[in-house]
Amino acid sequence: MDIFLQQVVSGLATGGIYAALALALVMIYQATDVVNFAQGEMAMFSTYIAWTLINAGAPYWLAFVATLVMAFVGGLLIQRLVIRPVEQAPVLTIVIVCIGLLVILNSLAGWIYSYIQKPFPSPFPREPIRLGAVVFGTHDLGAIGVTLLVLLFLFVFFRYTTLGLAMRAAAQNPASSRLCGIRVGWMLAIGWGLAALVGAVAGMMVAPKVFLDPNMMSGILIYAFASATLGGFTSPGGAVVGGLLVGVIENLVGTYVWFIGTELKLTVALAIIIIVLVVKPSGLFGRAAVHRV
Amino acid sequence: MPPLLEVEDLEARYGWTQVLHGLRFAVETGGITTILGANGAGKTTTLRAVCGTVRTSGVIRFDGRRIDGRPTEDLVRLGIGHVPEGRGTFVNLTVEENLRLGAYARRDRDRLGEDFERVYQHFPILRERRRQLAGTLSGGEQQMLAIGRALMLRPRLLLLDEPSLGLAPLVVREIFRIVRVINRDEGVSVLLVEQNAALALELADHAYVLETGRVVLGGPPAILKQDDAVRRSYLGY
Amino acid sequence: MTAPRGWRLAGLAVALTVALALPFALSGFRLFQFTQVFIYAIALLGLNMLTGYNGQISLGHGAFYAIGAYAAAIMMERWSVPFVATLPVAGVLCLVAGFLFGIPALRLEGLYLALATFSLALAVPQILKYFEEWTGGSQGIVLLKPEPPGGLPLSADQWLYLVSLAVLIVLIVLAWNLLRGRTGRALVAIRDHPIAAEAMGINSALYKALTFGVSAGYTGVAGALSAGAIAFVAPDAFNVFLSITLLVGIVIGGLASISGAIFGALFIQFVPNWAQDISRAAPWAIYGAFLIVFMYLMPRGIAGALRMLAGRLLRPRPGPAATGAPAPDVR
Repeated sequence: MDIFLQQVVSGLATGGIYAALALALVMIYQATDVVNFAQGEMAMFSTYIAWTLINAGAPYWLAFVATLVMAFVGGLLIQRLVIRPVEQAPVLTIVIVCIGLLVILNSLAGWIYSYIQKPFPSPFPREPIRLGAVVFGTHDLGAIGVTLLVLLFLFVFFRYTTLGLAMRAAAQNPASSRLCGIRVGWMLAIGWGLAALVGAVAGMMVAPKVFLDPNMMSGILIYAFASATLGGFTSPGGAVVGGLLVGVIENLVGTYVWFIGTELKLTVALAIIIIVLVVKPSGLFGRAAVHRV
Repeated sequence: MPPLLEVEDLEARYGWTQVLHGLRFAVETGGITTILGANGAGKTTTLRAVCGTVRTSGVIRFDGRRIDGRPTEDLVRLGIGHVPEGRGTFVNLTVEENLRLGAYARRDRDRLGEDFERVYQHFPILRERRRQLAGTLSGGEQQMLAIGRALMLRPRLLLLDEPSLGLAPLVVREIFRIVRVINRDEGVSVLLVEQNAALALELADHAYVLETGRVVLGGPPAILKQDDAVRRSYLGY
Repeated sequence: MTAPRGWRLAGLAVALTVALALPFALSGFRLFQFTQVFIYAIALLGLNMLTGYNGQISLGHGAFYAIGAYAAAIMMERWSVPFVATLPVAGVLCLVAGFLFGIPALRLEGLYLALATFSLALAVPQILKYFEEWTGGSQGIVLLKPEPPGGLPLSADQWLYLVSLAVLIVLIVLAWNLLRGRTGRALVAIRDHPIAAEAMGINSALYKALTFGVSAGYTGVAGALSAGAIAFVAPDAFNVFLSITLLVGIVIGGLASISGAIFGALFIQFVPNWAQDISRAAPWAIYGAFLIVFMYLMPRGIAGALRMLAGRLLRPRPGPAATGAPAPDVR
C-alpha cells in the first residue's frame, strides 16, 4: 500500500507536467484547430533560458518568474510574427509551419547549448517528506503544487476576468467577437503567450528529474498528446484530468506490470491513445463534433 | 441636422462577384430606417459593409466622419452595434457572459450594473435565464439576447439583420415593439434590414427597397405602401 | 486552370528525356539521390491520394513504407526472391494492411485520425525490434545490392535508378487514370462534403477504406524499392520522423496534385543537404526556416503556386476593381 501511494504521488507529479503541456496544446487547438507540434520545444527552450539566468547567478524564483514572462512574450511574438502570415491558409500548411518551428528551436538549442545533458536545479529541499511509513519526494510534491497553482491562476483568469471571457469568446466565435469590439488577433496572440507560459512551467518542473537537453520534451510531448486525447482535445479541464491520469497510469503500469520496463513505457502512452480513439474518440470530457449539413 | 449614417456609391464584392452596385441611403439621427428586399438582394451585405466586415469601396459617413475601410473593432467603439443574421450568440457562454461581452468595448465600465438592469427590463426572460448557456435558449430568446448584447454597448446606431427570421409572429411583434421603445426612450437610431415588409414598414419612419444590389425606391413608409410594385412584390396584395 | 495540352506534353517529354539521360551522366551517390527522389515520389503519391484528394490525414505512412521495405528485405534474404518480384508482393501486402487499417479508421476524423496514425508511426520501430526472429532486431537486415539481369550493360546503381523510374511512371499513369475519373471526383466529394456525398449514393466507407489501401500499397512499393536501393533495413530508419517527412513532402509539393508528389520528393531529398551546406552547426534550423518560408510564399504547395501562376497568366483579368482572391472577402 505504501508503494502504491508513493507511485500515485509520483505519478501525479509527472502527470501534472503532462497536464500542463496538454493544456497548452488544447488551448491553442480550441482557438485555431491547429495542433502546435512545437509546444514541447518552446517549453524546452524556455527552460534553457531559465538555466542561463540561474547560471548567471540569479536566484531560482527570480529566474523562474523572469522565464515565465519571457516565455509569455515569446509565445505572443511567435503567434504575431510566425503564425499570423499563414493564419488563413489550410490547416496542414500551418502544421508544417509548426513543425518548422519545432525543428528550428531544437536545432538552435543544440547549437547554443550543445547536446550534452545539463543538471537543472530544483527549488525544493532535497530531504524527502515522510508521512508515517510513506516517503514522498519533495520535488514531486513541489511540482504538483506549482502546477496546481498555475492551473488555478488560469482557471480564475478565464472564468472571472473580462479579458479571459473575451479570449474564450474569440476562440469560440471570432466573427461575433469582432462585433463586440474584441480584437481577435490579439486574443489569439495572448493565448499563445499563455500556452507558452504553461509549457515553461512544465519544462522547469521536469528538468530536475530528467536533466536538461534539447530532446528533453519530445517524449513528454507524446504523453501530452495521450493526455489531451484521453481528456478530450476540446476540453481544457479534460486535458488536465487526462494528464494526471496518464501520469498515474504510466507509473502504476511501470511498477506493477512486470514486462513493461522503462523502454516500453512509451507504449503505455500509445496504448492509451489507441484505446481512447477506439472507444470514445472525443475523449472523457470532450464533445463529439456535431456536423451540420 | 445631418444624418447619423450616410452611404454613397457603396460597392461590395465577394471574390469575383459584385453584390452591391453604388448604393446610396441615409439614416437620420434618432430615426428608424428599414431596407427591404428579397433574398439575395444584398441586404445583409449592406449591413456588413456598414460595420466593416466586408471589403467595400465607396463612402460611408458616420456622424460626419468617414468610416469606410476601418476595421469592425474600431467601429464598435464608435457606437455601432450590429445584431447579425442568425443572432451570432456565443452558444457556449451564459446569457450573462454574452451581455457582458456586449459591453467589452465600453470605457465607462462602472455603469454596467445599470445597463444589465435596463436590458433585463426590456427582456425579463433573460434575467430568468441569465446563468443558462445561450445555446439552450429558444430562437426568440436568442434574438432578444442578441439585441440585448448590442444594447450593452450603448450604441448610437443599431444594425438589425432580419430579426424576424425563423421566429413565431407573436415573438416578432414583441421584439419590434421593444425596438420601438428603445428608439423612442433611449434615442438609439436603427437601421433595420427585413424580409417581413409589412412589419418593417409599420415600424420605420423611412424605407428603402433593394433589388440585386441597387436601391430602387426610397421614401416614407406611407408612400411606399401605396406603390403598386412594392405592394405586389413585398406586401402581397 | 491548367496549361494547354501542347505545353504540358512538351514539358513531360523534356522531363522524361532528362530523366533517362541522368544515369549515364551521374554516378554513385548523386545518382542514388535521384533514385531516392523517385522512391519518395511514389510514397508521396500514395499519401497524397489519401490526405490530399480524400482528406484523411495520415501521420503514419512511414509504417507502410517500413512494411514494404522489410517485406522485400525478408523475401530477398530468406527466399532469394528477385528484387523486381518483391515489388508487387510488397505492394499487395501493404494494400491489404492499409485496407484493414482503413476500416476502423473510418470512425475517426481529422485530428483523431492524425493521432491514431501518429501512434502507429511511433509504434513501428518498437514492433520491428520486437519480432527479432524475422526482422533481425535492432541490427536490421543487410542485403546484397540487386544486380541488373544478366546481359544488360548497366551498373547496379543505374539499374536501380531505371527500375525506380519505370515503377514511378507506371504508378503515376495508374494514379492519373484513377483520379481524373469518377473515382477522383468521388474522393474529393467525400473530402469536401462527406454528408452530401453519402446522400448522393457514394459508398463513402468503401471508398475511404480502399483509398487507405491503395495509398498504403503505393507507399509499400516505395519502401520495397528503398530496401533494394539502400541494401539495408533497420528499425530506426522508419521512425516517426519518416512519417512527418512524408507529410512535409505532400504539403510542400502540393496537396491533391500528382506533380506535387515530384516537387515534394525533390524538396525532402535535397533541401536537408542544402541546409547542411549552408550551416554545419545548425542545419536543421536552416531546414526549419526553409519550411516556414516555403509555406509563407506557397501556402498551397509548389504545385498550388504553379497552378495559380498558370491561372493568372492564361486568364484575362476581369477588371480594375478585382481583388484576385477566390475566397469570400468577409474578414
